[in-house]
Amino acid sequence: MNAETAAIEYHTIGVLVDNEPGVLARVIGLFSGRGYNIESLTVSEVDPTNRMSRITIVTSGTPMIIEQIKAQLSRLVPVHRVSDLTMEGPHVQRELALIKVRSTGEHRVESLRIADIFRANVVDSTNDSFTFQVVGSTDKLNAFIELMQPLGLIDVSRTGVVAIARGNKPL
Amino acid sequence: MSKEVFSGAEIVLKALKDQGVEVVFGYPGGVTLPLYDEIYKQNFLRHVLVRHEQAAVHAAEGYARSTNKVGVVIVTSGPGATNTVTGLTDALMDSIPLVCIAGQVPTQLIGNDAFQEADTTGITRSCTKHNYLVKDVNDLARVLHEAFYVARSGRPGPVLIDLPKDVAVGKGAYVSADKVKHRTYKPRVKGERAAIQRAVKLLAAAKRPIVYAGGGVINSGPEASALLTRLTRMTGAPCTLTLMGLGAFPASDPQFLGMLGMHGTYEANLAMHDCDVMLAVGARFDDRVTGKLSAFAPGAKKIHIDIDPSSINKNVLVDVAIVGDVMAVLEDIVAEWQETRSRIDAKALKAWWVQIEEWRGRKCLRYKPNGNGSTLTKPQYAIERLFHHLKDRESYVATDVGQHQMWAAQYIGFEQPNHWLTSGGLGTMGYGMPAAMGAQFAHPKATCVVVTSEASLQMNIQELGTIEAYKQPVKVFILRNNTLGMVRQWQEMFYEDRLSESVLEQKPDFVKLADAYGIKGLRATKPEEVDDVIAAMLAHPGPVVVEILTDPRENVFPMIPAGAAHNEIILGAGEADDTDEGSAEGMVLV
Repeated sequence: MNAETAAIEYHTIGVLVDNEPGVLARVIGLFSGRGYNIESLTVSEVDPTNRMSRITIVTSGTPMIIEQIKAQLSRLVPVHRVSDLTMEGPHVQRELALIKVRSTGEHRVESLRIADIFRANVVDSTNDSFTFQVVGSTDKLNAFIELMQPLGLIDVSRTGVVAIARGNKPL
Repeated sequence: MSKEVFSGAEIVLKALKDQGVEVVFGYPGGVTLPLYDEIYKQNFLRHVLVRHEQAAVHAAEGYARSTNKVGVVIVTSGPGATNTVTGLTDALMDSIPLVCIAGQVPTQLIGNDAFQEADTTGITRSCTKHNYLVKDVNDLARVLHEAFYVARSGRPGPVLIDLPKDVAVGKGAYVSADKVKHRTYKPRVKGERAAIQRAVKLLAAAKRPIVYAGGGVINSGPEASALLTRLTRMTGAPCTLTLMGLGAFPASDPQFLGMLGMHGTYEANLAMHDCDVMLAVGARFDDRVTGKLSAFAPGAKKIHIDIDPSSINKNVLVDVAIVGDVMAVLEDIVAEWQETRSRIDAKALKAWWVQIEEWRGRKCLRYKPNGNGSTLTKPQYAIERLFHHLKDRESYVATDVGQHQMWAAQYIGFEQPNHWLTSGGLGTMGYGMPAAMGAQFAHPKATCVVVTSEASLQMNIQELGTIEAYKQPVKVFILRNNTLGMVRQWQEMFYEDRLSESVLEQKPDFVKLADAYGIKGLRATKPEEVDDVIAAMLAHPGPVVVEILTDPRENVFPMIPAGAAHNEIILGAGEADDTDEGSAEGMVLV
């Protein structure tokens, strides 16, 4: 295998860490310091009793780089577990977006119609705007945002990807 | 459990005692006053007052490297902490276990741009293995014990503890080291059985084997070096060591090929290039070792033993990876080798050695005593003579960084681990003298020498004051050439001899400077004086600064230019002219 010409892959990695000050900075610093890519990153406490947080990172690189990323993450002292969800079998990946569209007349109605198809909910409304909440895969959100563009899209806020493996096993 | 409470400063001292710390290197300041008051009140711990915090870290590195213990540093907030950054990075790159306790402004002032405040945990996050900011005095004892555990376990490294002044003053409970268990950090020690069996099978089937070992063997302890030696002798394979690994295998052993890499020996590099099975032990395939990656040992099956999984398949893809502590893994490999009655085919091995002896016959470390038309001492000669005089003594050799470092690595033979102190990964000029001083504190009876140059030495020259103040008999051996030798060598070889900013003035006079510090100074101006000066240096019971005036045009050979393959090694100055100036890829490498 030639390391330089190998294809770039996208991997979703779940990382269980101690919820302590600076832990996110360590993870981000590792990525910037070693020149790895972050496509998406989310973090939140998932186990308050044991003070543990879960970080979900979508990253890209050659297979050799992906292996390095996982090894380097495992090396961080507050990291409990690193799991490559892309490698380890089927998993569910979701993202949430809040999308603001300003329009009137036919465009306003059209945006509602599309939102219905995408099962997006209206979470705020004024005389000339809607804010939609849409949940789904990154591709679905991209498609929705693209369709809203000509209808008066003015603001987007996305959570980034969270992911979990299918089946009955924990991370 | 008693409900006894202690001040944070008392807890620090109790924890250091619990951890068996005997010497710390440090420098006091405003926010560490409570800690220094406790240091004043006790007498189990020896505090060495250095002249600059960077030197405190290098001294702790020298102490740690020469003893396999954790080195300890205490500095104050702000500039005290930022001055440690180079030392901490050096320790991280070379896997040296350190605990650095840095004072911090009181917690309520953090973030307020207080006097001597710096974001120490932020600044040191990427140059430590781990760091802590302690905000509650009740966490302090646990954090201290964890810090020692993290520093010495797995791949060792520096750990920093940021200690705000109010936490040092506040009262809290103490927990002893045996009550502290780390939640997450549990590095693997034993190697995987199946991988060990595959490694032994591969090694036994080799026709042209080589053992390539590095600093990880030293970190694993003297027992690991003994096992490496045993395994190498059992297999009959040649052994080469990295810069950080020198001493892991006896240099006088006929199976030793010398150091490999950019300035390694001809036989070591060619044997690496042509081998069919490579056993890499506690080495990390650094770019100074591999040269051009695509041409690195192209025909070899590679076995890699390393305690750090992130070192495996980082630069070079290997066939068998064994994650574990070198000592534990070598123990299992030796046992498996004996159990399976493995042997390398004697005929093939003999042919391999015939080839190696032919390479050895080139005598790549030869130099011309009168080369360059100069009557000045050749630096290689000075080091050869130094080695000759040190041979029968218990001695530790530290170096700074540059040409003299490479010559010391080439011409001094180390028979045991932990006796060679050098800055390998980071290449820190100014490392040497404080490191030698650190080793001297650990080994008061031994001869501790730093081989240095006038340029490197001046990056931490203030430590002459510390050496004198504590009457440490460190021998400072300066190969003076009044140039930044390695920069000059590259400018000569790759930049048509345009010596841009690489020539130094003839000052200071180090003999006079030594005198100003109350230290004996000696000088050898010609080769005939070298032996006498070294003898006088070693005969003097106190510290000595020796200045050897050397030929400034001398270059380090052999040399693999950056970006070249092992078999493109240049043996001497004459040969360098015939090769093209290196690849475009090589020019951007360093």
